Amino acid sequence: MAAVTEAPPLAPAPEKKPPRKRGRLVPYWLLLPGILWLIVFFALPMIYQASTSVQTGSLEEGYKVTWHFATYWDALSEYWPQFLRSVLYAAAATVLCLVLGYPLAYLIAFRAGRWRNLIMVLVIAPFFTSFLIRTLAWKTILADSGPVVSTLNTLHVLDVTNWLGWTSGDRVLATPLAVVCGLTYNFLPFMILPLYTSLERIDGRLHEAAGDLYAKPWTTFRKVTFPLSMPGVVSGTLLTFIPAAGDYVNAELLGSTDTRMIGNVIQTQFLRILDYPTAAALSFILMAAILFMVTFYIRKSGTEDLV
Amino acid sequence: MTTTDNSGDVRLSGISKTYGAFTAVHPLDLTVPQGSFFALLGASGCGKTTTLRMIAGLEEPTGGTVHLGDQEVTHLPPYKRPVNTVFQSYALFPHLDIFENVAFGLRRRGIKSVKKQVEDMLDLVQLGEQARKKPHQLSGGQQQRVAVARALINHPKVLLLDEPLGALDLKLRRQMQLELKRIQTEVGITFIHVTHDQEEAMTMADTVAVMNAGRVEQLGSPADLYENPNTTFVANFLGTSNLIEAEVDTKNGDDIVLKAGGGKLVLPEARCSAPTTTGGKVLVGVRPEKISLTHADDAGEIAENRNRITGRIADSSFIGVSTQYVIDSPVCPEFEVYAQNIDRDTRLVPGAEVVLHWNPAHTFGLDAAQDIDAGVAEVEEDAA
Amino acid sequence: MSVLNWLKRHLVVIAGLLTLGYLLLPNVVVTVFSFNKPKGRFNYQWQQFSTDAWKDPCGVADMCGSLSISLQIAFWATIGATVLGTMIAFALVRYRFRARGTVNSLIFLPMAMPEVVMAASLLTLFLNLGAQLGFWTILIAHIMFCLSFVVVAVKARVMSMDPRLEQAAQDLYAGPAQTFLRVTLPIAAPGIAAGALLSFALSFDDFIITNFNAGSTVTFPMFVWGSAQRGTPVQINVIGTAMFLVAVLLVLSSMLIGNRRNKQKA
Repeated sequence: MAAVTEAPPLAPAPEKKPPRKRGRLVPYWLLLPGILWLIVFFALPMIYQASTSVQTGSLEEGYKVTWHFATYWDALSEYWPQFLRSVLYAAAATVLCLVLGYPLAYLIAFRAGRWRNLIMVLVIAPFFTSFLIRTLAWKTILADSGPVVSTLNTLHVLDVTNWLGWTSGDRVLATPLAVVCGLTYNFLPFMILPLYTSLERIDGRLHEAAGDLYAKPWTTFRKVTFPLSMPGVVSGTLLTFIPAAGDYVNAELLGSTDTRMIGNVIQTQFLRILDYPTAAALSFILMAAILFMVTFYIRKSGTEDLV
Repeated sequence: MTTTDNSGDVRLSGISKTYGAFTAVHPLDLTVPQGSFFALLGASGCGKTTTLRMIAGLEEPTGGTVHLGDQEVTHLPPYKRPVNTVFQSYALFPHLDIFENVAFGLRRRGIKSVKKQVEDMLDLVQLGEQARKKPHQLSGGQQQRVAVARALINHPKVLLLDEPLGALDLKLRRQMQLELKRIQTEVGITFIHVTHDQEEAMTMADTVAVMNAGRVEQLGSPADLYENPNTTFVANFLGTSNLIEAEVDTKNGDDIVLKAGGGKLVLPEARCSAPTTTGGKVLVGVRPEKISLTHADDAGEIAENRNRITGRIADSSFIGVSTQYVIDSPVCPEFEVYAQNIDRDTRLVPGAEVVLHWNPAHTFGLDAAQDIDAGVAEVEEDAA
Repeated sequence: MSVLNWLKRHLVVIAGLLTLGYLLLPNVVVTVFSFNKPKGRFNYQWQQFSTDAWKDPCGVADMCGSLSISLQIAFWATIGATVLGTMIAFALVRYRFRARGTVNSLIFLPMAMPEVVMAASLLTLFLNLGAQLGFWTILIAHIMFCLSFVVVAVKARVMSMDPRLEQAAQDLYAGPAQTFLRVTLPIAAPGIAAGALLSFALSFDDFIITNFNAGSTVTFPMFVWGSAQRGTPVQINVIGTAMFLVAVLLVLSSMLIGNRRNKQKA
């Protein structure tokens, strides 16, 4: 038989420490090496860079912190066209990535059937060919005498883009169009993968339910599919815009001096001209601008739990 | 209550658990004897799973002690306790096949030749053919049996089962209830079974403890709990009870005579858990299946010594073996009556005036100073 | 009318396949031009078919050396980032501790930062410390930016893991170390593998951060960058094509093996 009674008031038993208390330090030991790495090689450099940006001096005599904030002003007033260009090119590439990437992500998620895995592999596989080699391939594709340019010429597309200022003369290479095209190409997978992830989570029956409730396919897309894929859209656009805005490879390989982006300026200042304060200030402005835009964008789109 | 071998006894002394300001389990004393099939029954959040996890060592008690036989295990980690658990939704290791899942405990204890034991155990639960499959390739019922085998192979002193049948459909659940009962009889290990399903608890366990809000409300054999509930919670949570507010009128030998509405009801004093002073209030209860239903025209044929109440049929539903009636009565608005479909009186349709009557020995009395509907809502929630 | 209808119904498929074509076109060009025999130093115009480059892939000075440096760095960066990132991911999912918010932003920020900013600031640090730029500074930088991706990949996997599995292991006489080795680690393995694979790809292909912090060491992407200025040998295309084919074959064969195994078991 079992017995139950109301428990008598317990005599104050000698406090026995449970033996598992030492486990409290475990998370800190787990975090320590990695976080230390990030502090020393990510956070600390930011501080060094902030300090460098307000230093004056020269390579020969050394640099000193003089709180010379004028560097920021000088850098901005001299290089604002490159800043503006970076934002515009990155924004254009992001929009293009979304427009081009969405159908492919949708195709993989809902229409690919047994081809799904193969298409996924084909989307990811180019990653394994150095992106520089692939970017160089665009030089061939967009070559002045190549089939793409001559087709565009015959169709008078180039006349339109010339008029818009995206291209000049009979060329595509060394124009803004080529740079945006390269940026779009390079960051397209970063748009497709998050889009696919959020589309794949959508229950296919929702489409049927929407159809059952008198929604036409396009309405279903607008009212059901697209809103549900918003997390993917937000992280995809961020993953495209951020690296695109700081990129200098496409502008260097596919563009000309008229398409230089802020990344090119920072790279030149740092590695060739060796004007460290200006380079640090520019890089700081870029970082601040991007953090500001990203925060604003995340607030606006209401998805704050991206990580 | 000492048997020769008490190493499978579970003794909880003043055990309690609080999370911040919330008390999951109030100080609780409980002894589960060696070899018994014990059920902790209650709605979700009543503290039954927390109690189980404290026995398993997965939860550290805030106060009190846990003994297995004569050994105190309160602060032993789970892997040092001779106790095994069948987890809710089974927690089978998805990366190991069935054989390795069952062999897991033996291997951890350094036993090298496990093949024979594992095969025997898989045969016991009729899964010998499935040894090399992965858990996700099995059906729910098969997974459940793997979970039982994985725990039992270690010959624990006590087997803990946390809602082991909750994920199965009704028919399979019935089948597994009998199966588990069979296994328990065969291996003779103490089983402690946590469930929110009162039918399951009553079918399987020798002893049931009904828990509510972190306390044990009542403890006893299933029949005892059902026939003699001590609180409204137990009366309502275990099956259905009709509860009538009544006033103590006189005492007549071993019986108490009560006034309810206009009529009188008789209640054996031994079956009343409430104080009975004349003029005091008591809740009178009776189970729906103890009641007979007679059309008002035939009221004269009812024997004199039976408790009786008048009313009108509000609703009736035919469910095969019985018909369930809901009766509108002045003393109780929704009186439930289950009548066996032996000789059906065609006059008993909604709207008919009827007399309800039952043997006074089936009446029980409860303290009126408690919520008359305690335990009702939980039942509905679980049924949903 | 029916043609229009067909187009309308398959618009998504057509648009998606066009995008896929856009993604794969450069790889086709890279492959085709690996069989080119260019006049002059640049391999941008088709001249005539030749297998010379395939017969002598290391025929260009320093190219295979840079490839080997890249592979070494990617290997060690993968190991470093995977170990450190997995530890952080476990701490984040499994434990409560102070400063969780700070840790989370420290993980998130490197992913939200343009590479050129991280590259420039890291160079500032190394210059200030007077560090010798080369293999080690590249490795340090690569571990730094791969770490966050490993944390995200592993964290997702560990979070979706049923905590009752570890409790079950403990219940079945596995101590903390055994529980981790026998249950937690195997179940988290796909997440860790994904993080490691991503690290390898990111590190192997990184150019911007490497370019800033490499000193005189030349990795394969830097070799390609340099050759874009000096002249592009056909062998670059050979390497690019070979890597693409190896990657596709590896993935496809692992998928086929996985399929067959599933079929056998079912």
